[in-house]
Amino acid sequence: MYEFTYHRPGSIADAVKLLAGDPDARPMSGGMTLIPTLKQRLARPTSVVDLSGIAELKGITVSGGTVKIGGMTTHAAVATSAEVQKAIPALAKLAAHIGDNQVRNRGTIGGSVANHDPAADYPGALLGLGATVHTDKRTIAADDFFTGMFSTALNPGEIVTAVSFPVPEKAAYAKFPNPASRYAMVGVFVAKGPSGVRVAVTGAGADGAFRHKAMEEALATKWSASALEGITTPQDTLNGDIHASKEYRAHLIGVMARRALAAAG
Amino acid sequence: MGFEGIGASVKRREDLRFLSGRGNYTDDINRPGQLHAVIVRSPHPHARITAIDTAAARAAPGVAAVFVGEDMAAENIGGLPCGWQVKNKDGSPMAEPPHPVLAIGKVRHVGDPVAVVIAETKAQARDAAELVSVTYEELKGAPTLEAALKPGAPAVHDDVPGNVCYDWHLGDKDATDAAFAGAHKVARLELVNNRLIPNAMEPRAAVGEYDTMSGEYTLYTTSQNPHVIRLLMGAFVLHIPEHKLRVVAPDVGGGFGSKIYHYAEEAIVTWASAKVKRPVKWTAERTESFMSDAHGRDHVTVAEMAMDANGKFLGLRVRTLANMGAYLSTFAPCVPTYLYATLLAGTYTTPAIYAEVKAVFTNSVPVDAYRGAGRPEATFLLERLVDQCAIEMGLDRVEIRKRNFIPSSAFPYQTPVALQYDSGDYGATLEACLKAADWAGFEARRAEAKARGKLRGIGISTYLEACGIAPSAVVGSLGARAGLYEVANIRVNPTGSITVFTGTHSHGQGHETTFAQLMADKFGIPMDQIEIVHGDTARIPFGMGTYGSRSLAVGGSAMVKAADKIIAKGKKIAAHLLEADAADIEFKDGRFQVAGTDRAKALAEISLTAYVPHNYPIEELEPGLEETAFYDPKNFTFPGGCHIAEVEIDPDTGVTHVVNFTAVDDVGRVINPMIVEGQIQGGVAQGIGQALLETCVYDEDGQLISGSMMDYTMPRADDLPNISVGTAITLCTHNPLGVKGCGEVGAIGSPPAVIGAVVDALKDHGVRHIDMPATPQKVWGIINANRPRMAAE
Amino acid sequence: MPRVSLTVNGKPVSAEVEDRTLLVELLRETLRLTGTHVGCDTSQCGACVVHVNGDSIKSCTLLARQAEGAEVVTIEGLAAADGTLHPMQEAFREYHALQCGFCTPGMVMSAIDLVKKNPQGLSEQEIREGLEGNLCRCTGYHNIVKAIDAAQQVMHGKVKELPRAAAE
Repeated sequence: MYEFTYHRPGSIADAVKLLAGDPDARPMSGGMTLIPTLKQRLARPTSVVDLSGIAELKGITVSGGTVKIGGMTTHAAVATSAEVQKAIPALAKLAAHIGDNQVRNRGTIGGSVANHDPAADYPGALLGLGATVHTDKRTIAADDFFTGMFSTALNPGEIVTAVSFPVPEKAAYAKFPNPASRYAMVGVFVAKGPSGVRVAVTGAGADGAFRHKAMEEALATKWSASALEGITTPQDTLNGDIHASKEYRAHLIGVMARRALAAAG
Repeated sequence: MGFEGIGASVKRREDLRFLSGRGNYTDDINRPGQLHAVIVRSPHPHARITAIDTAAARAAPGVAAVFVGEDMAAENIGGLPCGWQVKNKDGSPMAEPPHPVLAIGKVRHVGDPVAVVIAETKAQARDAAELVSVTYEELKGAPTLEAALKPGAPAVHDDVPGNVCYDWHLGDKDATDAAFAGAHKVARLELVNNRLIPNAMEPRAAVGEYDTMSGEYTLYTTSQNPHVIRLLMGAFVLHIPEHKLRVVAPDVGGGFGSKIYHYAEEAIVTWASAKVKRPVKWTAERTESFMSDAHGRDHVTVAEMAMDANGKFLGLRVRTLANMGAYLSTFAPCVPTYLYATLLAGTYTTPAIYAEVKAVFTNSVPVDAYRGAGRPEATFLLERLVDQCAIEMGLDRVEIRKRNFIPSSAFPYQTPVALQYDSGDYGATLEACLKAADWAGFEARRAEAKARGKLRGIGISTYLEACGIAPSAVVGSLGARAGLYEVANIRVNPTGSITVFTGTHSHGQGHETTFAQLMADKFGIPMDQIEIVHGDTARIPFGMGTYGSRSLAVGGSAMVKAADKIIAKGKKIAAHLLEADAADIEFKDGRFQVAGTDRAKALAEISLTAYVPHNYPIEELEPGLEETAFYDPKNFTFPGGCHIAEVEIDPDTGVTHVVNFTAVDDVGRVINPMIVEGQIQGGVAQGIGQALLETCVYDEDGQLISGSMMDYTMPRADDLPNISVGTAITLCTHNPLGVKGCGEVGAIGSPPAVIGAVVDALKDHGVRHIDMPATPQKVWGIINANRPRMAAE
Repeated sequence: MPRVSLTVNGKPVSAEVEDRTLLVELLRETLRLTGTHVGCDTSQCGACVVHVNGDSIKSCTLLARQAEGAEVVTIEGLAAADGTLHPMQEAFREYHALQCGFCTPGMVMSAIDLVKKNPQGLSEQEIREGLEGNLCRCTGYHNIVKAIDAAQQVMHGKVKELPRAAAE
């Protein structure tokens, strides 16, 4: 790691101030991606602003058909939350399978969505459920939030304070992990509810998570695995690597979609 | 002997410290005044170094020194030596280009060390390492066998034409050709043995220290064989006489072969510690391990088996290309030759065998022995080829093996490829394994899996290995530049406790327990009276270390030999004390007894007498009770057995799970069944890893794509099944313990069983062989490309 | 340099660190608690797992300053003052769940957290999945899974004494 200055502000206002005053400062939530990046010297921030001291960023509330999760809420907290398990079991289950136990104990939803790793799980849930991202300045619809691989609609210094999810009627997530890293090589989130019928794909897209319009249209007509028959995924916008070619990823999107649908019931 | 002796599953005595965080690994060692070294490595697969500017690094905070290859060359520091010379078909020696400690003039693989930066803290050394400015003129790289052998391929070494290290052969070509000429049928197979990255969990580390008063050097290093490192580094690289060089290998966190070799970093920290007159420590980051630990395997082979009308093997022809990487690692040349082609008879009576092996330099990390070393490659080839033979002949895979087994009455059995097997009973391990795995009931399990939408397959391997390495004269005649005996020194202390100094090294094998059991059994005293010492050239007379499943067969035999000397001397002392003839003294259960009487002296009484020789035959016998033995094995040992794997494939995704794995191995006499079982399970895990998960990938330019655990698939707990291990033993006939070795059998026997199972599961998809690893992508590709033929077709 | 104060194995400690110092560096280099190991640089291997405020975390992926005020437990802090091993340590020994010992501290710390967080008990498959963050290259995991299964019975009070491994 290069040298940097560590800050641990106690409020969103203080964090914003620290980040605004220094374009090379980086916010850190769980640090599960940032710290490995720093260790490999792939980033050289002047300062790291640790958001873990900000109490208002933590916690889960369920009301009025919405699950709202504070940006600094860990994956473990989401996975084990009785309220999330009841309201959106697919979301709790997704959180329970992000990384490993140690990652889940530190990694947060805010960090995950702000980073938009193309192999992360949460972006699939946000798009699949039609979530809303809350920042210190505004709210952003998930559909407008993810703008490309490792790229989001966040402005420099803007902090994800929470994500709210409308409670769906049915939802499930199926993941095919990369055999080595165990990140999502293909993850498909299907949902039916207040945001309509949605199919979101993570892990596979060259530009990050995306919605699968052809599958959405088919499922909107008929919510059944049979509706997915014959639907293929164009390969030109997919990732290919040593573990999975574009062709294989395209195929797995179909398989995971069917499995998610079966799980969603 | 009772509970603690041979055959008892004694709990390991080393566990308490490992479980309490009190292990002492190299990176745990911190010497007073220690500096930290960071190696600057080549980012290019192949390039000329046109300039290195170290001024900025030297000026950086905390930096004590920066050294490059020319600094070492200026002091006449030698290159890293190769310990084995293989000869070409025409008798000329292999190409043996220099292997500089730090690159001089050219870099030949990603990770090739170019400079070392030494600073007060590791962070400072890393900061300064980025300031070393190396100007490269990039050259085209040839990282793979195919690329390096193409006409006009880039020359990895300017003076090695065609990149061929050697072109070697073994066996009788004419007899083999004749066998093929008269064959009823021939089975043919082309296969790849995938390149692996060892990934012992402890990254390599080294601490060098120089005592300016005595002129003595000490190297603490993650090694499987500290005496070998002392010999190679002292004599060939740094020119330090052995009495001024101590090498300590403390607790070592796994080796699997990768920590046998003498590595550049060991020489760098040792040499640099004298330059800067302070201890220098280097610890690899895992990313460095990927690009600097010797890799394993990497063969491309064409093999053919000639058969008669009954499916009896008549002749075997093998052509193999073996990747050496950019330089010759310590034992690299012997791996695809004498540890490989000599195994091609396997458990079968094939009368004529001819193997040709071409070893090739490439722009990749050096390749050397990795768990099994040559023998997994031979076994994979042979067992996969035997499965093809079964297909060609329309015979069952078990039946064709039985027809070709060397019968248990045929030992000692001389193979056509140099080895003479001493003992074995391949039918017995086969039958026991078939039973344990319920081979006969498999089709019902296949049908049940099919009902669940899964493709289930079963695979078998009836393998053999040669280990217990090795008779010195034999290996010397084959090009080894070392003897491969082992050394034990046994010190019976005055009050009767025993310290055993062994030249082998334990890095997970549990020697402190097994050897103590062995000695407890031999001396008839409790284990807690016995201490096993290894890993320090200052304490142990000499030794060749641990690899090739040799520690018990060779090192244990040396202990037995030294113990026999102790007992012989003890008898003389006892005879004096008991006023009897030494020939009448029997040693049993820790007591020297006059035969047929109740007159006896305990070992502790004898040892006390030996060290306090007031009443002692001082004219005929020296005081003291300490003996050293060098044991040179008479032959290799030949463990073998049967492995059966059952897999289930998800046809939608291509994911393969090993659902059952059964091994029945003949490892000779078992000292500690618990440890043996653990060794075999660990070996099988690495074999399953090779078969399904692991592979090293270079891109066409020579960049390492699978350069971290994010891309190289390390087997995790949920990738592996329970591994059922049984033994059905025959004794080794030529060592005093009857032991054969168990460290490598798991990794040798399992890959063909797993791939055989995958192929069996996919038998309706038109495949006869799948190269390793059978990844989901590859398996799905096969399923997708070869939909099962309909019955009507 | 900034100072960080925390509790390690029940004892308050305070040390000067750089802002970029990792918790594992503080433990190993400053506090000389070398039982916690570093086996990779991509947060994959789990040799560095310790408990922070009761949760297993990878100490290679946490800045020392993030542990300000935290309760940290390492492998050195598991055994009782009289040397009695934690049931998980004892189970690893009984079931031969370690060979070279390098992954062992992290494996044990992960296993304890896994068992504690699953009072309902874990199946063999759940144990295997729960070890996703820990790599072992020696054992093939077979005996690790057996050890954790035995230890959970003691930790959940199902049995008083650790079930013994089958005798050969």
